[in-house]
Amino acid sequence: MVLGAALLVLMTAMAAFAPWLFTTDPIQLNPIERLRPPGAEQWFGTDMFGRDIYSRTVYGARISLAVGLAAAVLSVAIGLAIGLLAGYVRLLDAILMRVMDGLMAIPGILLAIALISLSGASLGTVIIAITIPEIPRVVRLVRAIVLTIREEPYVEAAIAAGTRLPLILLRHVLPNTIAPLIVQATYVCGSAMLTEAILSFLGAGTPPEIPSWGNIMSEGRTYFQISPWIIFFPGVALALTVLGVNVLGDGLRDTLDPRIARKM
Amino acid sequence: MEQADGRGAMLRFIAHRLLATIPVVGVVALFVFLLLHLSPGDPATVIAGDYASPADVQRIRATLGLDDPLPIQFGNWVGRLLQGDLGISIFSNLPVSRLIGQRLEPTLLLALVTITLSVAVAVPLGVLAAWKSGTWIDRAVMIFAVVGFSVPVFVLGYILIFVFSLEFKWLPVQGYRSPADGLWPFLRHIILPAITLSAIYIALIARITRASVLEVLEEDYVRTARAKGQSEGKVLMFHALRNAAVPIVTVIGIGVALLIGGVVVTESVYNIPGLGRLVVDAILKRDYPIIQGLIMMFSMVYILVNLVIDILYTMLDPRIRY
Repeated sequence: MVLGAALLVLMTAMAAFAPWLFTTDPIQLNPIERLRPPGAEQWFGTDMFGRDIYSRTVYGARISLAVGLAAAVLSVAIGLAIGLLAGYVRLLDAILMRVMDGLMAIPGILLAIALISLSGASLGTVIIAITIPEIPRVVRLVRAIVLTIREEPYVEAAIAAGTRLPLILLRHVLPNTIAPLIVQATYVCGSAMLTEAILSFLGAGTPPEIPSWGNIMSEGRTYFQISPWIIFFPGVALALTVLGVNVLGDGLRDTLDPRIARKM
Repeated sequence: MEQADGRGAMLRFIAHRLLATIPVVGVVALFVFLLLHLSPGDPATVIAGDYASPADVQRIRATLGLDDPLPIQFGNWVGRLLQGDLGISIFSNLPVSRLIGQRLEPTLLLALVTITLSVAVAVPLGVLAAWKSGTWIDRAVMIFAVVGFSVPVFVLGYILIFVFSLEFKWLPVQGYRSPADGLWPFLRHIILPAITLSAIYIALIARITRASVLEVLEEDYVRTARAKGQSEGKVLMFHALRNAAVPIVTVIGIGVALLIGGVVVTESVYNIPGLGRLVVDAILKRDYPIIQGLIMMFSMVYILVNLVIDILYTMLDPRIRY
């Protein structure tokens, strides 16, 4: 877990301090220097337009982290709201869960691409398109917790004492959801970053002007056989970041939920 | 409980589950149907394309019945679906079902090879890790699993291509060869894509297998079996694995959804003319009939697989009754 946190901090620092890390303008074209292999001048080499891969990779961290974080926060927030509703209001439960099941049946990537094709590609729509497929899982999680907590004696006692519903939700149900939700959020974050890369790779993600890791790799496809570094460096960066997030999630789960920790 | 009663309960259970899937399928159908109508612009104009005249657009409206109220359109569409009519592709003017038929084989074979490979590799790995829990073997398997889960599919693909096709020149870089053209070319072309695709799957299955078997190994009946003198192999295979099977099978089911997503990317990287590429191209070109048909199909497959798994549950673990 410490390793995960460390990796993540590294990536975040890289994203935040991008301008100071010896980078040049990531968008600046420099055709004279096309397709240089990694060397003294350009640490990661250059791409087909002469842009410095190192700079693009470092700046790309910002996009990927932003997407990952946004998707995680959004999906948890929305999922929490829907899950609470589904858990407590019997009427809505059946309908909501059927809708969630339906959403889950559609492969996430396809759903995301379809949503993006509906509303055009921009960073915002990409984030929304990635968030929506993640919501059903969060809803299931929250709903399951709500259903169990609802039967607990102390909740019955609270109702008997006349506590209003919102207060019950706030003081009894919510605290029990925080730990699993945080763990789930980390997984969503990692998954979102991968999905963003895949979407950009397929040409249906972040607009090409913005250097996201997926975009860089997508542009590097045609030149792969002569200049493999265009794909490798962002790819490794992405893998490391997602790895960090996943390890962090595992570590969090082990600390926050010792029951499962003993098994895994 | 009488034998007849048991079988009746099983059939009732299956019928019940089948019925339960209908609303889910309905939701998917609704979404897919709305896809065309939610997109910006008038559907007829979208279908007609950039170079159509107003007369063309009007003609398309009439043919597709776009002037009818929405619920009627939906009903018609579902009716056609049930008869197997998936519509005509906008760009190639071929029936969608024919297009799917053409591209089905590569995707299906890739998926089958991947699943076989994944289960064959992951389950023994997981069992091994559980058996040698705490040793470096365990640690190694777990690290491999996390890494496999984190590396993007296409990055892994390109790494493999780089190493095996470009550097060592052992395997072809891209493309697909049908088994009808020879078994060996087929295998040569499918092995890299299959490995790429199975990485995530193996990671997932190995982890769950390990956790599940670990839990089962603590149980009393395992100790009893060992005390009775059963060889360790038999203990692992018969007692441990059988009882640990439920979560493992669950994960395989969930993995099918991941698989479909992964197929899309893998086919892109390796230039395999399958359904994944078809659907991505269709979505990018806004070829709605194909999009609708394929998303429906993929979702149905997912729902079906999960149904089969639910039924398998009851066979694997008689304690589970709904």
